[in-house]
Amino acid sequence: MSDVAIESHGLGKRYQLGLHRRGYGTLREAIAEAARRAAGRQPHHDDDAYDGPDLLWALRDLSMTIRSGEVVGLIGHNGAGKSTLLKVLSRITEPSEGHADITGRIGSLLEVGTGFHPELTGRENIFLNGSILGMRRAEIRARFDEIVEFAEIERFLDTPVKRYSSGMSVRLAFAVAAHLEPEILLVDEVLAVGDAAFQRKSLGKMTEVASEGRTVVFVSHNLAIIQALCERGILLEQGQAQADGPIKETIDQYLGTLERASGQDLLERTDRDRRGYFETWIRAVGLRDASGGPPDVIISGHPAKITVELTEEVPSLECQLTIADSLGQAVTTLDSEISAPVDARDPEVGPCVECEISSLPLLPGRYRIDVLVKAKRHIQDGLQGAAFFEVQPGVMNGRPVPPAGAEGSVIVPHAWRLPA
Amino acid sequence: METLAPEGRGAADVTGTRPETIRLQPTRGFSRVLAPKELWRYRDLAAQIALRDITVRYRQTALGGAWAVLQPIGFMVVFSLFFGRLAGVTSNGLPYALFSLAALVPWTFFANALLLGSDSLVANSALVSKIYFPRIFMPAGILVAGCVDLMISLVILMAIVLIYGFTPTLAFLSLPLLIAIAAAAALGTSSALSAINVRFRDVRYVIPFAIQMWLFATPVVYPSSLLDEPWRTLSAINPMVGVVEGFRWATLGSGEAPWDLIAISAASACVLLVAGLAYFDRVERRFADFV
Repeated sequence: MSDVAIESHGLGKRYQLGLHRRGYGTLREAIAEAARRAAGRQPHHDDDAYDGPDLLWALRDLSMTIRSGEVVGLIGHNGAGKSTLLKVLSRITEPSEGHADITGRIGSLLEVGTGFHPELTGRENIFLNGSILGMRRAEIRARFDEIVEFAEIERFLDTPVKRYSSGMSVRLAFAVAAHLEPEILLVDEVLAVGDAAFQRKSLGKMTEVASEGRTVVFVSHNLAIIQALCERGILLEQGQAQADGPIKETIDQYLGTLERASGQDLLERTDRDRRGYFETWIRAVGLRDASGGPPDVIISGHPAKITVELTEEVPSLECQLTIADSLGQAVTTLDSEISAPVDARDPEVGPCVECEISSLPLLPGRYRIDVLVKAKRHIQDGLQGAAFFEVQPGVMNGRPVPPAGAEGSVIVPHAWRLPA
Repeated sequence: METLAPEGRGAADVTGTRPETIRLQPTRGFSRVLAPKELWRYRDLAAQIALRDITVRYRQTALGGAWAVLQPIGFMVVFSLFFGRLAGVTSNGLPYALFSLAALVPWTFFANALLLGSDSLVANSALVSKIYFPRIFMPAGILVAGCVDLMISLVILMAIVLIYGFTPTLAFLSLPLLIAIAAAAALGTSSALSAINVRFRDVRYVIPFAIQMWLFATPVVYPSSLLDEPWRTLSAINPMVGVVEGFRWATLGSGEAPWDLIAISAASACVLLVAGLAYFDRVERRFADFV
């Protein structure tokens, strides 16, 4: 028996766009269409055979081999096909072409808490959820106490889940899922739940699972977690594997594509996840040093200014900036919708948003800015990785940055009082 | 779309030491619902879903399981009053209340399985789009939960039959067959409708109306002997005709065995079941893309 866990050849998954017309359509339309077909006026196009412009290949021609015991991270932009791949592998949806061979019992964690029934008690839900996730009844019984202990819900075991706080139900859901023992585990963005302490606990559990020699395919936008958990990475782009190799290299390549994209004229960027009303477009984004020195040298602790240039002036414009570190971990979000007296609406500023930072609180390193522009309650335009910048060592409150052995990515202005 | 074309090379059971290889690929034709191996593999889940449907049914209701009985009893009272007393519909010499209740017990089972079953996939759309399992468990679970209700109301029916001074005959032993016919008809219809409901929510609005119509097309408030031959026999193409007339004969032990109706209804229920499951099977692989 070979030790291949997942092997795919030319795997593809196609979706028909305009689903709300064909899919959500009314019976009347379907009957009318059937009648047209019967009259022979329209060739019968079976969804499987039909090939036209309104088709989206979420996954195309994907061939890969994952050996048993490998921990693989799937990375890529939104819409690159990561979640579709997991859906196909977990058999929720069928591929449109090609095939994949799965050897071993597969368990998927695509969304924590799927299958919880609010009227059932915690105890009943553990059994229901466990079997939904593919556990045998006997297995659930054997691990029942462990699950309850992990979820920290002993006292509420016989309370209907609808009376649980959201934190409690998330904990319970993760606990059930984490105690699954499939040979192959598919995980999609499940660690982003619960409070910080529980997230740490969950991450620990995932690390444990990953080190137990089980095959894990992991999707997350959090590159730091992926890098910590996985040894191999597959970079998906427009449904195809662009890179496949050691996780560090794949992540670097992914970041490279992000930066290459940022070198382009922003108006020409056609990222999959660029969505909005587009009454105004993001033309350019930049962070400059505002201390009076060379504006292109960004120094920790110096005043700085982020500028978002737009194509049109739109009334009641709002802007949200997220600064993320080199692994894509968000460091901070600045949101104009949460307003303060220091903010101003200036008729002179033109189609442009400026955000002033009095003292840049970032440690030296590489960062990127994601921008979201809103107006009239709609997202107008949004770009991930709209700009990249490098922070140089500096001084904050007279203290050199970075302090020796600094961890994290933020420096906080502070002062000490110590015994003399 | 869940494909399962188990390959020959890893024939061992999942619980065995050698894991089985499953090939995921586009499928054509009917291969999922009618795959006993696959259904068996997920048997624990099937049991859990049925258990959930049973437990949840009357949670947070003041009267609980009594609802299983109140519905047919309520109809019995209304029907006895309007059809039995006021309209004077014949009941073949039986007390009208008993006559209608014996028909309402299987009818309520059928109607509820149809009503809840046809909505089962949409109501569980979160599950359908996130987790793989044989989708047929959804309408089937509703049906199993309905069996519990049926048992409760059957006990009440028999109690009333005894109070009226009837003694059950050997005909009583034909009940499992009659229940099986009703269940086959209900599963065939509700699985097909639940599948259509995934794409066309019109089903939701059609079902309550259709059930009302179906009630009057079934000899619940009137005896099928009101119809002239050959119409009486032909009407048994509606599988509930044989079930309802059969129930009267089996529980009240009166009249002649309507074997002609039961036979036709059984055949018709089988056709419904196979056709319904076949249609369900054909569209099952795309549920997750539409729901």
